Amino acid sequence: MAKKAKRERLDIYKTFKLYIGGRFPRTESGRYLTETTHKGAFVANICRASRKDFRDAVVAARKAQSGWAGRTPFNRSQIFYRMGEMLESRRDGFERALQERAGYSEKKAVAEVDAAIDRLVWYGGWADKFIQVFGNTNPVASPHFNFTMPEPTGVVASLAPRSAPLLGLVTSMAPLIVSGNAVVCFVDHDHRSIAIDFAEVLHCSDLPGGVVNILTGHRDEVLGHVSGHRDVDGIAVFDAEGDERRSIGLEAADTVKRVHFYDTPDKADWSDSAAQSPYWILPFVEFKTAWHPM
Amino acid sequence: MANEYVVPRVPTVDRVAADERAAKFATRSIKTTAKAAGLKLVVSMIDLTTLEGQDTPGKVRMLCRKARRPINHDDCPTVGAVCVYPPMVPVAVEELKGTDINIAAVATYFPSGQATLEERVDEVRRTVELGADEIDMVISRGAFLAGEYGRIFDEVAAVKEACGKAHLKVILETGELKTYDNIRLASQIAIDAGADFIKTSTGKVAVNATMPITLVMLETIRDHFMKTGKMVGMKPAGGIRTAKQALRYLAMVKETLGDAWLSPDWFRFGASSLLNDVLMQIEKQRTGRYHSDRYLSIS
Repeated sequence: MAKKAKRERLDIYKTFKLYIGGRFPRTESGRYLTETTHKGAFVANICRASRKDFRDAVVAARKAQSGWAGRTPFNRSQIFYRMGEMLESRRDGFERALQERAGYSEKKAVAEVDAAIDRLVWYGGWADKFIQVFGNTNPVASPHFNFTMPEPTGVVASLAPRSAPLLGLVTSMAPLIVSGNAVVCFVDHDHRSIAIDFAEVLHCSDLPGGVVNILTGHRDEVLGHVSGHRDVDGIAVFDAEGDERRSIGLEAADTVKRVHFYDTPDKADWSDSAAQSPYWILPFVEFKTAWHPM
Repeated sequence: MANEYVVPRVPTVDRVAADERAAKFATRSIKTTAKAAGLKLVVSMIDLTTLEGQDTPGKVRMLCRKARRPINHDDCPTVGAVCVYPPMVPVAVEELKGTDINIAAVATYFPSGQATLEERVDEVRRTVELGADEIDMVISRGAFLAGEYGRIFDEVAAVKEACGKAHLKVILETGELKTYDNIRLASQIAIDAGADFIKTSTGKVAVNATMPITLVMLETIRDHFMKTGKMVGMKPAGGIRTAKQALRYLAMVKETLGDAWLSPDWFRFGASSLLNDVLMQIEKQRTGRYHSDRYLSIS
């Protein structure tokens, strides 16, 4: 590598903010977390989202949800493909981030970005197919045409996986929004900045603002407000055990939320085929049955 | 008569200063017990309104029931008044019997006010006879902008007389008066002519109640009180949809007029969607969890 010329200018560092309603606001709390690389070197100060940021994100998600669900499945599919395109065009940055910040080997970083792109495209393909596969016409003993079809649950809070900073987030988010849900992802692991990098990908993918909102911070701080928020229809929970599951379940039961706990794959291998399935779409759809007189 | 009218001398309004002062009220931090008390006060000050062409007796009944019991527990006051079109007054009278919720009706050919004075006064008289406790009138903005200030004065005075015991709120439709100086002058004319309340807007034009406009009107009320000792009420209407906005208005009233005006007798919000947002905040305070308007009745 050629010797670096003496730099005449100051580097401009990126400020990592939250992603709410298609904007990048700072946390209203003014608090931050310091993110370091796997070796302990400073990366950035990251927003430590508060319950009010979560509240704002739910408002944004609620506003966006019906419009997103009202898009044609084919259009949602196109937007998923566009996300894949955008991630592909920025893959160098993500590979570098995974290596420098999270300590991945080059091979592992490339594999994670590959898998993330492929997963977006893969779920994009399901947008106009899962209704056909999971919906049904039902034989009934009356002169009715009776059919059942899945519809999105609504606003879903996702307590995102604590491993695989890029692929974990994509894996948790894609099956939620493909059906027309809007989601608030709460990211709590050591490399939160990568989630915000990914928000920039979403931001330029024709994805309407508010469909995906990304917050970074401490999960346990907001847990009660996430599971008790009455305008949240469902909670997708990754990497929670014992007491945490219990408290989420108790709070959520109060407002009859749909809660789904995902089992973390062995050694957090999100590229495994078990982490990608049309059945991942099912926990957050509601089945509607209609009776149509013949 | 009109020719003899002496236009009141009012100070000019510094637009920049008014805007800046009004913006300052958005910086107050109202939390915990003060917030809880403020939210309940806001509920008690709301003129729960429905003024649509599609209003039906059923919708007005539903609104009245919401006014009587905004939420399904007792820890919440009733609203200040229900505000409807004159034909709906008998429905409201029936529904609100036995409560101390007032019935406000918009009259004088709301929202345009484009009719002869006789027709408008006649409508007021009939509406009061139907049982309205408060009349919200509109001034003739056309006449005001044409400089016929005497006509505005005579109009308000005539309507006030027709109101009898009913309270009179005068809608200036500030969005159509354009300048703060016009708003200040119109406020003064309405007060001089006997308005019990002055009100910003009908809610039917592009620009409704804003903080600076309300501030200009509150200052007119303050100066009038300083001079004469007579209190006049204020009602911003249109565009106030969130509890946060409403609390800012309360801060403005307190700091401009003082505690005496922090009562439904002297300050009202003309609003329809505000109530649900305030109820959501009240529930947040009560339960500690964020609420959703899906748990509240519509309107």
